[in-house]
Amino acid sequence: MDPRATPPARFASVRPGRIAAWTVLFLGGVVMVTPLLFMFSTSLKSAGQVYDLRLVPLHPTWENYVKVLGDGRFARWFFNSVLVATVVTLSCVFFDSLIAYTLAKFRFPGRQAVFLAILSTLMIPTEMLVIPWYLMASKFGWLDTYWGIMFPGMMTAFGVFLMKQFFETVPDDFLEAARIDGLNEFAIWWKVALPLVTPALSALAIFTFLGNWTAFFWPLIVTTDQTLYTLPVGLSSFAVEQSIQWELIMTGAALATVPTLLIFLFFQRYIVRGVMLAGVKG
Amino acid sequence: MTDATVNETEGRTGLWGRLSMSAKRVVWAWAFLAVPLLFFTVVRFYPTLEAFYLSTTDWDLLNPAKYVGLDNYRRLFADPAFWQVFRNTFAYLILGTPIAIVLSFAIAYYLDRVTVLHGFIRALYFLPYLTTAAAMAWVWRWFYQPPPIGVINSLLAWAGIPAQPFLRSVDQALPAIMVTSIWAHLGFQIIIFLAGLRAIPVSYYEAARVDGLGEGAILTRITIPLLKPTTVFLVVFSSIGFLRIFDQVYNMTSNDPGGPLNSTKPLVLMIYQTAFSSYQMGYAAAQTVVLFTILFTISMAQLWILRSR
Repeated sequence: MDPRATPPARFASVRPGRIAAWTVLFLGGVVMVTPLLFMFSTSLKSAGQVYDLRLVPLHPTWENYVKVLGDGRFARWFFNSVLVATVVTLSCVFFDSLIAYTLAKFRFPGRQAVFLAILSTLMIPTEMLVIPWYLMASKFGWLDTYWGIMFPGMMTAFGVFLMKQFFETVPDDFLEAARIDGLNEFAIWWKVALPLVTPALSALAIFTFLGNWTAFFWPLIVTTDQTLYTLPVGLSSFAVEQSIQWELIMTGAALATVPTLLIFLFFQRYIVRGVMLAGVKG
Repeated sequence: MTDATVNETEGRTGLWGRLSMSAKRVVWAWAFLAVPLLFFTVVRFYPTLEAFYLSTTDWDLLNPAKYVGLDNYRRLFADPAFWQVFRNTFAYLILGTPIAIVLSFAIAYYLDRVTVLHGFIRALYFLPYLTTAAAMAWVWRWFYQPPPIGVINSLLAWAGIPAQPFLRSVDQALPAIMVTSIWAHLGFQIIIFLAGLRAIPVSYYEAARVDGLGEGAILTRITIPLLKPTTVFLVVFSSIGFLRIFDQVYNMTSNDPGGPLNSTKPLVLMIYQTAFSSYQMGYAAAQTVVLFTILFTISMAQLWILRSR
Protein backbone atom coordinates (compact mmCIF):
# COMPACT_ATOMS: atom_id res chain seq x y z
CA MET A 1 0.00 0.00 0.00
CA ASP A 2 2.65 2.46 1.05
CA PRO A 3 4.13 3.88 -2.14
CA ARG A 4 7.54 4.11 -0.54
CA ALA A 5 7.66 0.69 1.11
CA THR A 6 10.61 0.09 -1.19
CA PRO A 7 13.03 2.95 -0.65
CA PRO A 8 14.25 5.03 -3.60
CA ALA A 9 16.90 3.14 -5.55
CA ARG A 10 19.59 5.76 -5.09
CA PHE A 11 19.16 5.81 -1.36
CA ALA A 12 19.23 2.02 -1.09
CA SER A 13 22.55 1.88 -2.88
CA VAL A 14 24.25 4.04 -0.22
CA ARG A 15 24.05 1.38 2.48
CA PRO A 16 26.46 2.80 5.07
CA GLY A 17 24.72 6.20 4.86
CA ARG A 18 21.41 4.54 5.38
CA ILE A 19 22.58 2.70 8.46
CA ALA A 20 24.10 5.90 9.87
CA ALA A 21 20.83 7.79 9.27
CA TRP A 22 18.86 5.03 10.97
CA THR A 23 21.20 5.03 13.97
CA VAL A 24 21.02 8.82 14.39
CA LEU A 25 17.22 8.72 14.11
CA PHE A 26 17.00 5.92 16.64
CA LEU A 27 19.32 7.63 19.14
CA GLY A 28 17.38 10.87 18.69
CA GLY A 29 14.22 8.98 19.53
CA VAL A 30 15.80 7.57 22.65
CA VAL A 31 16.84 11.09 23.69
CA MET A 32 13.23 12.21 23.18
CA VAL A 33 11.88 9.72 25.71
CA THR A 34 14.74 10.18 28.20
CA PRO A 35 12.81 12.71 30.32
CA LEU A 36 9.94 10.23 30.55
CA LEU A 37 12.29 7.38 31.48
CA PHE A 38 13.94 9.45 34.19
CA MET A 39 10.56 10.54 35.50
CA PHE A 40 9.38 6.93 35.89
CA SER A 41 12.72 5.74 37.21
CA THR A 42 12.90 8.45 39.88
CA SER A 43 9.30 7.84 40.92
CA LEU A 44 10.45 4.32 41.86
CA LYS A 45 13.42 5.47 43.95
CA SER A 46 13.42 6.13 47.67
CA ALA A 47 14.33 9.61 48.90
CA GLY A 48 17.89 8.50 49.66
CA GLN A 49 18.51 7.28 46.12
CA VAL A 50 17.32 10.30 44.18
CA TYR A 51 20.80 11.64 43.60
CA ASP A 52 21.89 8.31 42.23
CA LEU A 53 21.17 8.97 38.58
CA ARG A 54 21.17 5.42 37.25
CA LEU A 55 18.14 4.80 35.06
CA VAL A 56 17.20 1.42 36.51
CA PRO A 57 16.63 1.97 40.24
CA LEU A 58 18.86 -0.10 42.51
CA HIS A 59 16.03 -0.86 44.93
CA PRO A 60 12.78 -0.04 43.15
CA THR A 61 9.95 0.79 45.52
CA TRP A 62 6.31 1.82 45.26
CA GLU A 63 6.56 3.90 48.43
CA ASN A 64 6.31 7.23 46.56
CA TYR A 65 3.10 6.13 44.88
CA VAL A 66 1.72 4.98 48.21
CA LYS A 67 2.67 8.32 49.75
CA VAL A 68 1.34 10.49 46.92
CA LEU A 69 -1.91 8.58 46.43
CA GLY A 70 -2.31 8.19 50.19
CA ASP A 71 -2.42 12.00 50.37
CA GLY A 72 -6.01 11.72 49.10
CA ARG A 73 -5.80 14.96 47.17
CA PHE A 74 -4.11 13.31 44.21
CA ALA A 75 -6.87 10.74 43.84
CA ARG A 76 -9.37 13.59 43.92
CA TRP A 77 -7.46 15.63 41.30
CA PHE A 78 -7.20 12.55 39.14
CA PHE A 79 -10.93 12.03 39.40
CA ASN A 80 -11.60 15.71 38.65
CA SER A 81 -9.47 15.55 35.50
CA VAL A 82 -11.12 12.36 34.29
CA LEU A 83 -14.58 13.85 34.90
CA VAL A 84 -13.88 17.21 33.27
CA ALA A 85 -12.08 15.79 30.24
CA THR A 86 -14.74 13.11 29.70
CA VAL A 87 -17.74 15.42 29.94
CA VAL A 88 -16.19 18.08 27.71
CA THR A 89 -15.18 15.44 25.16
CA LEU A 90 -18.68 13.94 25.04
CA SER A 91 -20.16 17.41 24.68
CA CYS A 92 -17.79 18.36 21.86
CA VAL A 93 -18.29 15.10 20.01
CA PHE A 94 -22.07 15.56 20.21
CA PHE A 95 -22.46 19.27 19.56
CA ASP A 96 -19.55 19.90 17.18
CA SER A 97 -20.65 17.09 14.93
CA LEU A 98 -24.32 18.12 15.12
CA ILE A 99 -23.42 21.69 14.15
CA ALA A 100 -21.06 20.47 11.43
CA TYR A 101 -23.68 18.10 10.02
CA THR A 102 -26.31 20.82 9.94
CA LEU A 103 -23.97 23.22 8.17
CA ALA A 104 -22.80 20.57 5.71
CA LYS A 105 -26.08 18.90 4.82
CA PHE A 106 -28.92 21.39 5.27
CA ARG A 107 -29.70 24.25 2.90
CA PHE A 108 -31.24 27.19 4.69
CA PRO A 109 -30.87 30.96 4.67
CA GLY A 110 -28.11 32.10 7.02
CA ARG A 111 -26.13 28.87 6.77
CA GLN A 112 -22.97 30.49 5.46
CA ALA A 113 -23.23 33.32 7.99
CA VAL A 114 -23.48 30.87 10.89
CA PHE A 115 -20.48 28.92 9.60
CA LEU A 116 -18.35 32.03 9.18
CA ALA A 117 -19.38 33.34 12.61
CA ILE A 118 -18.36 30.07 14.28
CA LEU A 119 -15.18 29.86 12.21
CA SER A 120 -14.22 33.41 13.17
CA THR A 121 -14.00 32.39 16.83
CA LEU A 122 -10.89 30.36 15.91
CA MET A 123 -9.14 33.72 15.68
CA ILE A 124 -9.91 34.60 19.29
CA PRO A 125 -7.25 33.27 21.68
CA THR A 126 -8.39 31.76 24.98
CA GLU A 127 -6.24 34.30 26.81
CA MET A 128 -8.46 37.11 25.57
CA LEU A 129 -11.60 35.41 26.84
CA VAL A 130 -10.46 34.31 30.29
CA ILE A 131 -11.15 37.68 31.92
CA PRO A 132 -14.76 37.86 30.65
CA TRP A 133 -15.19 34.16 31.47
CA TYR A 134 -13.89 34.77 34.96
CA LEU A 135 -16.33 37.64 35.45
CA MET A 136 -19.17 35.50 34.09
CA ALA A 137 -18.21 32.61 36.37
CA SER A 138 -18.02 34.84 39.40
CA LYS A 139 -21.37 36.50 38.59
CA PHE A 140 -23.18 33.15 38.24
CA GLY A 141 -21.35 31.44 41.10
CA TRP A 142 -19.42 29.09 38.84
CA LEU A 143 -16.01 29.73 40.42
CA ASP A 144 -14.73 26.56 42.07
CA THR A 145 -17.27 24.32 40.36
CA TYR A 146 -16.87 21.59 37.74
CA TRP A 147 -19.17 23.50 35.42
CA GLY A 148 -16.94 26.54 35.81
CA ILE A 149 -13.95 24.52 34.58
CA MET A 150 -15.90 22.91 31.77
CA PHE A 151 -18.22 25.52 30.27
CA PRO A 152 -15.78 27.36 27.99
CA GLY A 153 -14.87 24.17 26.12
CA MET A 154 -18.27 22.54 25.65
CA MET A 155 -18.23 23.30 21.90
CA THR A 156 -15.29 24.24 19.70
CA ALA A 157 -15.00 25.89 16.31
CA PHE A 158 -12.10 23.53 15.54
CA GLY A 159 -14.37 20.51 15.97
CA VAL A 160 -17.08 22.05 13.78
CA PHE A 161 -14.55 22.88 11.07
CA LEU A 162 -12.99 19.41 11.17
CA MET A 163 -16.26 17.49 11.19
CA LYS A 164 -17.90 19.63 8.49
CA GLN A 165 -15.29 18.56 5.96
CA PHE A 166 -16.05 14.93 6.67
CA PHE A 167 -19.83 15.27 6.62
CA GLU A 168 -19.53 16.93 3.21
CA THR A 169 -18.15 13.64 1.87
CA VAL A 170 -21.23 11.70 3.02
CA PRO A 171 -23.40 11.09 -0.09
CA ASP A 172 -26.81 12.81 0.02
CA ASP A 173 -28.39 9.64 -1.40
CA PHE A 174 -27.74 7.83 1.89
CA LEU A 175 -29.54 10.52 3.84
CA GLU A 176 -32.35 10.72 1.30
CA ALA A 177 -32.86 6.95 1.51
CA ALA A 178 -33.14 7.20 5.28
CA ARG A 179 -35.60 10.07 4.89
CA ILE A 180 -37.79 7.93 2.59
CA ASP A 181 -37.61 5.18 5.23
CA GLY A 182 -39.26 7.70 7.53
CA LEU A 183 -36.40 8.49 9.89
CA ASN A 184 -36.59 11.93 11.40
CA GLU A 185 -33.71 14.33 10.83
CA PHE A 186 -32.15 13.69 14.23
CA ALA A 187 -32.24 9.93 13.68
CA ILE A 188 -30.71 10.36 10.23
CA TRP A 189 -27.78 12.24 11.75
CA TRP A 190 -27.39 9.86 14.66
CA LYS A 191 -27.92 6.53 12.93
CA VAL A 192 -26.85 7.13 9.33
CA ALA A 193 -24.43 10.05 9.07
CA LEU A 194 -22.44 9.72 12.30
CA PRO A 195 -21.36 6.10 11.76
CA LEU A 196 -19.93 7.14 8.39
CA VAL A 197 -17.50 9.63 9.94
CA THR A 198 -16.22 7.62 12.92
CA PRO A 199 -12.51 8.07 12.04
CA ALA A 200 -12.90 11.85 12.18
CA LEU A 201 -15.07 11.57 15.26
CA SER A 202 -12.46 9.53 17.12
CA ALA A 203 -9.77 12.01 16.07
CA LEU A 204 -11.88 14.83 17.50
CA ALA A 205 -12.52 12.85 20.69
CA ILE A 206 -8.83 12.09 21.20
CA PHE A 207 -7.81 15.71 20.62
CA THR A 208 -10.48 17.10 22.89
CA PHE A 209 -9.69 14.68 25.67
CA LEU A 210 -5.96 15.29 25.41
CA GLY A 211 -6.45 19.05 25.30
CA ASN A 212 -8.63 19.03 28.39
CA TRP A 213 -6.51 16.51 30.27
CA THR A 214 -3.45 18.72 29.88
CA ALA A 215 -5.30 22.08 30.20
CA PHE A 216 -3.68 24.35 32.76
CA PHE A 217 -4.40 28.05 32.21
CA TRP A 218 -8.19 28.22 32.65
CA PRO A 219 -8.45 25.60 35.46
CA LEU A 220 -5.70 27.52 37.28
CA ILE A 221 -7.77 30.69 37.07
CA VAL A 222 -11.22 29.34 37.84
CA THR A 223 -10.33 27.15 40.84
CA THR A 224 -8.90 28.21 44.18
CA ASP A 225 -10.44 25.36 46.18
CA GLN A 226 -7.88 22.53 46.22
CA THR A 227 -10.56 19.84 46.07
CA LEU A 228 -11.62 21.11 42.63
CA TYR A 229 -8.16 21.33 41.07
CA THR A 230 -7.57 19.32 37.95
CA LEU A 231 -4.48 17.12 37.92
CA PRO A 232 -2.10 19.62 36.23
CA VAL A 233 -3.09 22.45 38.58
CA GLY A 234 -2.98 20.14 41.60
CA LEU A 235 0.40 18.80 40.58
CA SER A 236 1.73 22.32 40.16
CA SER A 237 0.66 23.37 43.66
CA PHE A 238 1.83 20.03 45.09
CA ALA A 239 5.27 20.46 43.50
CA VAL A 240 5.61 23.95 44.97
CA GLU A 241 4.76 22.51 48.40
CA GLN A 242 7.31 19.68 48.11
CA SER A 243 9.99 22.07 46.83
CA ILE A 244 12.94 19.67 46.71
CA GLN A 245 11.40 16.24 47.20
CA TRP A 246 11.94 15.39 43.56
CA GLU A 247 10.96 11.73 43.91
CA LEU A 248 7.46 12.78 45.03
CA ILE A 249 7.18 15.42 42.29
CA MET A 250 8.25 12.86 39.67
CA THR A 251 5.64 10.45 41.02
CA GLY A 252 2.95 13.10 40.64
CA ALA A 253 4.16 13.93 37.14
CA ALA A 254 4.13 10.22 36.26
CA LEU A 255 0.53 9.90 37.47
CA ALA A 256 -0.46 12.82 35.24
CA THR A 257 1.32 11.29 32.26
CA VAL A 258 0.41 7.60 32.50
CA PRO A 259 -3.22 7.86 31.31
CA THR A 260 -2.40 9.60 28.04
CA LEU A 261 0.51 7.24 27.40
CA LEU A 262 -1.78 4.25 28.00
CA ILE A 263 -4.36 5.69 25.64
CA PHE A 264 -1.58 6.01 23.08
CA LEU A 265 -0.45 2.41 23.51
CA PHE A 266 -3.97 1.15 22.87
CA PHE A 267 -4.96 3.56 20.10
CA GLN A 268 -1.62 4.35 18.47
CA ARG A 269 -2.87 3.92 14.91
CA TYR A 270 -5.98 5.99 15.55
CA ILE A 271 -4.03 8.77 17.22
CA VAL A 272 -1.33 9.11 14.58
CA ARG A 273 -3.97 9.01 11.84
CA GLY A 274 -6.07 11.47 13.84
CA VAL A 275 -3.19 13.93 14.08
CA MET A 276 -2.66 13.63 10.33
CA LEU A 277 -6.38 14.10 9.66
CA ALA A 278 -6.68 17.09 11.94
CA GLY A 279 -3.41 18.64 10.87
CA VAL A 280 -3.98 18.28 7.17
CA LYS A 281 -7.70 19.06 7.10
CA GLY A 282 -7.82 21.42 10.04
CA MET B 1 -37.80 1.22 15.05
CA THR B 2 -38.44 3.00 11.74
CA ASP B 3 -42.14 2.07 11.88
CA ALA B 4 -42.62 3.94 15.09
CA THR B 5 -41.09 7.06 13.58
CA VAL B 6 -43.30 6.84 10.48
CA ASN B 7 -46.46 6.59 12.57
CA GLU B 8 -45.37 9.44 14.72
CA THR B 9 -44.73 11.73 11.76
CA GLU B 10 -47.91 10.76 9.91
CA GLY B 11 -50.02 11.05 12.99
CA ARG B 12 -49.00 14.64 13.53
CA THR B 13 -51.28 17.34 12.20
CA GLY B 14 -51.54 21.10 12.58
CA LEU B 15 -48.85 23.57 11.62
CA TRP B 16 -46.01 21.02 11.47
CA GLY B 17 -48.05 18.67 9.24
CA ARG B 18 -48.80 21.45 6.78
CA LEU B 19 -45.13 22.40 6.31
CA SER B 20 -43.42 21.30 3.10
CA MET B 21 -40.52 18.87 3.26
CA SER B 22 -37.91 21.58 2.70
CA ALA B 23 -39.53 23.97 5.19
CA LYS B 24 -39.44 21.20 7.78
CA ARG B 25 -35.77 20.76 7.15
CA VAL B 26 -35.16 24.46 7.74
CA VAL B 27 -36.96 24.16 11.08
CA TRP B 28 -34.82 21.11 11.94
CA ALA B 29 -31.66 22.98 11.03
CA TRP B 30 -32.41 25.89 13.33
CA ALA B 31 -33.51 23.50 16.06
CA PHE B 32 -30.12 21.77 15.82
CA LEU B 33 -28.34 25.12 15.89
CA ALA B 34 -30.34 26.78 18.66
CA VAL B 35 -28.29 25.61 21.65
CA PRO B 36 -24.94 25.97 19.83
CA LEU B 37 -25.78 29.52 18.72
CA LEU B 38 -26.70 30.44 22.26
CA PHE B 39 -23.43 28.92 23.46
CA PHE B 40 -21.27 30.67 20.89
CA THR B 41 -23.01 33.98 21.57
CA VAL B 42 -22.65 33.81 25.35
CA VAL B 43 -19.24 32.09 25.62
CA ARG B 44 -17.42 33.38 22.52
CA PHE B 45 -18.90 36.48 20.82
CA TYR B 46 -20.05 38.42 23.84
CA PRO B 47 -16.80 37.81 25.85
CA THR B 48 -14.79 38.92 22.82
CA LEU B 49 -16.60 42.25 22.70
CA GLU B 50 -16.42 42.53 26.47
CA ALA B 51 -12.64 42.06 26.37
CA PHE B 52 -12.34 44.98 23.94
CA TYR B 53 -14.62 47.08 26.12
CA LEU B 54 -12.80 46.17 29.35
CA SER B 55 -9.52 47.23 27.78
CA THR B 56 -10.83 50.81 27.86
CA THR B 57 -11.72 50.73 31.56
CA ASP B 58 -10.01 50.93 34.90
CA TRP B 59 -11.43 48.15 37.04
CA ASP B 60 -10.22 46.37 40.18
CA LEU B 61 -13.32 44.14 40.57
CA LEU B 62 -14.28 45.97 43.81
CA ASN B 63 -15.20 49.43 42.54
CA PRO B 64 -17.33 49.99 39.42
CA ALA B 65 -15.44 49.94 36.14
CA LYS B 66 -14.42 53.42 35.01
CA TYR B 67 -14.10 54.31 31.32
CA VAL B 68 -10.59 55.60 30.64
CA GLY B 69 -10.39 55.52 26.85
CA LEU B 70 -7.02 54.38 25.57
CA ASP B 71 -5.18 55.07 28.82
CA ASN B 72 -4.42 51.37 29.40
CA TYR B 73 -2.72 51.14 26.02
CA ARG B 74 -0.73 54.33 26.62
CA ARG B 75 0.36 53.01 29.98
CA LEU B 76 1.27 49.62 28.49
CA PHE B 77 3.36 51.02 25.65
CA ALA B 78 5.17 53.34 28.07
CA ASP B 79 5.95 50.49 30.47
CA PRO B 80 9.50 49.13 30.10
CA ALA B 81 8.34 45.90 31.77
CA PHE B 82 5.93 45.38 28.86
CA TRP B 83 8.69 45.80 26.29
CA GLN B 84 10.85 43.31 28.19
CA VAL B 85 7.94 40.86 28.09
CA PHE B 86 7.36 41.65 24.43
CA ARG B 87 11.01 40.89 23.62
CA ASN B 88 10.87 37.67 25.65
CA THR B 89 7.72 36.51 23.88
CA PHE B 90 9.26 37.03 20.46
CA ALA B 91 12.55 35.51 21.61
CA TYR B 92 10.69 32.23 22.23
CA LEU B 93 9.24 32.45 18.74
CA ILE B 94 12.32 33.60 16.84
CA LEU B 95 14.64 31.08 18.49
CA GLY B 96 12.14 28.27 18.80
CA THR B 97 10.23 28.15 15.53
CA PRO B 98 13.18 27.76 13.12
CA ILE B 99 14.79 25.12 15.33
CA ALA B 100 11.52 23.22 15.65
CA ILE B 101 10.74 23.37 11.93
CA VAL B 102 14.22 22.39 10.71
CA LEU B 103 14.54 19.57 13.26
CA SER B 104 11.09 18.13 12.62
CA PHE B 105 11.53 18.33 8.86
CA ALA B 106 14.93 16.63 8.96
CA ILE B 107 13.59 13.87 11.20
CA ALA B 108 10.46 13.38 9.10
CA TYR B 109 12.52 13.36 5.86
CA TYR B 110 14.72 10.52 7.06
CA LEU B 111 12.03 8.72 9.04
CA ASP B 112 9.92 8.58 5.89
CA ARG B 113 12.57 6.32 4.32
CA VAL B 114 13.07 4.14 7.35
CA THR B 115 11.35 0.78 7.11
CA VAL B 116 13.07 -1.01 10.00
CA LEU B 117 11.15 -0.23 13.22
CA HIS B 118 9.46 2.74 11.51
CA GLY B 119 6.43 2.70 13.82
CA PHE B 120 8.53 2.30 16.94
CA ILE B 121 10.89 5.18 16.15
CA ARG B 122 7.95 7.38 15.20
CA ALA B 123 6.34 6.54 18.54
CA LEU B 124 9.51 7.54 20.43
CA TYR B 125 9.38 11.00 18.86
CA PHE B 126 5.63 11.31 19.27
CA LEU B 127 5.28 10.28 22.93
CA PRO B 128 6.32 13.66 24.44
CA TYR B 129 3.44 15.30 22.55
CA LEU B 130 1.00 13.36 24.73
CA THR B 131 2.43 14.56 28.02
CA THR B 132 1.05 17.29 30.25
CA ALA B 133 3.14 20.45 29.92
CA ALA B 134 2.67 21.37 33.58
CA ALA B 135 3.94 17.95 34.65
CA MET B 136 6.87 17.74 32.26
CA ALA B 137 7.94 21.28 33.19
CA TRP B 138 8.81 19.87 36.61
CA VAL B 139 10.76 16.98 35.11
CA TRP B 140 12.77 19.43 33.02
CA ARG B 141 13.17 21.73 35.98
CA TRP B 142 14.73 18.83 37.85
CA PHE B 143 16.98 18.10 34.84
CA TYR B 144 18.25 21.69 34.93
CA GLN B 145 19.11 21.72 38.66
CA PRO B 146 22.69 22.43 39.70
CA PRO B 147 24.91 19.40 40.43
CA PRO B 148 24.63 16.89 41.96
CA ILE B 149 20.81 16.91 41.62
CA GLY B 150 20.39 17.90 38.00
CA VAL B 151 20.69 15.20 35.36
CA ILE B 152 22.06 17.50 32.67
CA ASN B 153 24.72 19.02 34.89
CA SER B 154 25.73 15.55 36.04
CA LEU B 155 26.16 14.54 32.39
CA LEU B 156 28.18 17.70 31.73
CA ALA B 157 30.39 16.98 34.74
CA TRP B 158 30.92 13.46 33.43
CA ALA B 159 32.00 14.94 30.09
CA GLY B 160 34.30 17.40 31.85
CA ILE B 161 32.20 20.49 31.07
CA PRO B 162 31.67 23.01 33.90
CA ALA B 163 28.23 23.17 35.49
CA GLN B 164 25.74 25.54 33.88
CA PRO B 165 23.23 27.66 35.85
CA PHE B 166 20.35 27.11 33.32
CA LEU B 167 17.15 28.31 35.02
CA ARG B 168 19.11 30.52 37.42
CA SER B 169 20.71 32.55 34.65
CA VAL B 170 19.11 35.53 32.91
CA ASP B 171 20.73 34.39 29.65
CA GLN B 172 20.12 30.66 29.78
CA ALA B 173 16.70 30.42 31.40
CA LEU B 174 14.66 31.44 28.37
CA PRO B 175 16.36 29.00 25.93
CA ALA B 176 16.19 26.29 28.61
CA ILE B 177 12.42 26.72 28.86
CA MET B 178 12.05 27.01 25.10
CA VAL B 179 13.76 23.63 24.64
CA THR B 180 11.05 21.94 26.68
CA SER B 181 8.38 23.41 24.45
CA ILE B 182 10.19 22.30 21.28
CA TRP B 183 10.59 18.85 22.80
CA ALA B 184 6.89 18.57 23.57
CA HIS B 185 5.68 19.60 20.10
CA LEU B 186 8.32 17.99 17.88
CA GLY B 187 6.36 14.75 17.51
CA PHE B 188 3.28 16.56 16.26
CA GLN B 189 5.28 18.47 13.68
CA ILE B 190 7.04 15.30 12.51
CA ILE B 191 3.71 13.54 12.00
CA ILE B 192 2.36 16.47 9.98
CA PHE B 193 5.52 16.60 7.85
CA LEU B 194 5.28 12.83 7.32
CA ALA B 195 1.70 13.26 6.12
CA GLY B 196 2.87 16.03 3.78
CA LEU B 197 5.71 13.88 2.42
CA ARG B 198 3.38 10.95 1.82
CA ALA B 199 1.02 13.21 -0.12
CA ILE B 200 3.65 13.95 -2.77
CA PRO B 201 2.96 11.61 -5.73
CA VAL B 202 5.71 9.06 -6.31
CA SER B 203 5.54 9.81 -10.04
CA TYR B 204 7.17 13.22 -9.37
CA TYR B 205 10.19 11.50 -7.87
CA GLU B 206 10.33 8.96 -10.66
CA ALA B 207 10.20 11.68 -13.30
CA ALA B 208 12.95 13.61 -11.51
CA ARG B 209 15.11 10.51 -11.37
CA VAL B 210 14.56 9.84 -15.06
CA ASP B 211 15.74 13.41 -15.66
CA GLY B 212 18.89 12.53 -13.74
CA LEU B 213 18.31 14.66 -10.63
CA GLY B 214 20.25 13.65 -7.54
CA GLU B 215 18.84 13.31 -4.01
CA GLY B 216 19.85 16.87 -3.13
CA ALA B 217 18.25 18.37 -6.22
CA ILE B 218 15.07 16.35 -5.66
CA LEU B 219 14.93 17.66 -2.10
CA THR B 220 15.36 21.33 -3.02
CA ARG B 221 13.40 21.35 -6.30
CA ILE B 222 10.54 18.95 -5.57
CA THR B 223 10.11 17.99 -1.93
CA ILE B 224 10.57 21.37 -0.25
CA PRO B 225 8.51 23.42 -2.77
CA LEU B 226 5.66 20.89 -2.68
CA LEU B 227 5.69 20.92 1.12
CA LYS B 228 5.16 24.67 1.25
CA PRO B 229 1.54 24.53 2.50
CA THR B 230 2.55 22.07 5.24
CA THR B 231 5.54 24.17 6.22
CA VAL B 232 3.57 27.41 6.32
CA PHE B 233 0.93 25.74 8.48
CA LEU B 234 3.54 24.42 10.89
CA VAL B 235 5.44 27.72 11.06
CA VAL B 236 2.23 29.54 11.93
CA PHE B 237 1.09 26.85 14.35
CA SER B 238 4.44 26.78 16.09
CA SER B 239 4.69 30.59 16.19
CA ILE B 240 1.26 30.88 17.77
CA GLY B 241 2.24 28.22 20.27
CA PHE B 242 5.37 30.12 21.30
CA LEU B 243 3.52 33.44 21.50
CA ARG B 244 1.06 31.80 23.91
CA ILE B 245 3.65 29.96 26.01
CA PHE B 246 2.63 29.85 29.68
CA ASP B 247 2.44 26.40 31.32
CA GLN B 248 6.18 25.70 31.05
CA VAL B 249 7.26 29.16 32.23
CA TYR B 250 4.81 29.25 35.12
CA ASN B 251 5.90 25.84 36.39
CA MET B 252 9.63 26.12 35.76
CA THR B 253 9.95 29.50 37.50
CA SER B 254 7.21 29.19 40.12
CA ASN B 255 9.36 30.59 42.95
CA ASP B 256 9.66 33.83 40.95
CA PRO B 257 7.22 33.56 38.01
CA GLY B 258 8.87 34.79 34.82
CA GLY B 259 12.23 35.14 36.52
CA PRO B 260 15.06 35.43 37.06
CA LEU B 261 14.60 39.21 36.75
CA ASN B 262 11.65 38.80 34.35
CA SER B 263 14.03 37.32 31.79
CA THR B 264 11.66 34.48 30.88
CA LYS B 265 8.30 36.21 31.34
CA PRO B 266 6.03 35.89 28.29
CA LEU B 267 2.98 38.02 27.54
CA VAL B 268 0.46 35.45 28.80
CA LEU B 269 2.18 35.29 32.19
CA MET B 270 2.06 39.08 32.38
CA ILE B 271 -1.65 38.95 31.57
CA TYR B 272 -2.20 36.31 34.25
CA GLN B 273 -0.39 38.34 36.89
CA THR B 274 -2.03 41.65 35.96
CA ALA B 275 -5.50 40.10 36.05
CA PHE B 276 -5.33 37.53 38.81
CA SER B 277 -2.55 38.74 41.11
CA SER B 278 -3.01 42.53 40.86
CA TYR B 279 -6.69 42.45 39.80
CA GLN B 280 -6.19 45.22 37.24
CA MET B 281 -8.82 43.81 34.91
CA GLY B 282 -8.89 46.69 32.44
CA TYR B 283 -5.11 46.82 32.10
CA ALA B 284 -4.95 43.03 31.67
CA ALA B 285 -7.70 43.17 29.03
CA ALA B 286 -5.63 45.69 27.08
CA GLN B 287 -2.72 43.23 27.18
CA THR B 288 -4.97 40.46 25.84
CA VAL B 289 -6.02 42.75 22.97
CA VAL B 290 -2.34 43.25 22.13
CA LEU B 291 -1.83 39.47 22.12
CA PHE B 292 -4.91 39.06 19.93
CA THR B 293 -3.60 41.65 17.47
CA ILE B 294 -0.26 39.85 17.16
CA LEU B 295 -1.87 36.42 16.67
CA PHE B 296 -4.40 37.84 14.21
CA THR B 297 -1.66 39.41 12.12
CA ILE B 298 0.20 36.11 11.95
CA SER B 299 -2.91 34.15 10.96
CA MET B 300 -3.70 36.70 8.23
CA ALA B 301 -0.13 36.44 6.97
CA GLN B 302 -0.59 32.67 6.68
CA LEU B 303 -3.76 33.06 4.60
CA TRP B 304 -2.03 35.63 2.40
CA ILE B 305 1.05 33.46 1.82
CA LEU B 306 -1.02 30.38 1.00
CA ARG B 307 -3.26 32.33 -1.37
CA SER B 308 -0.32 33.62 -3.42
CA ARG B 309 1.13 30.19 -3.98
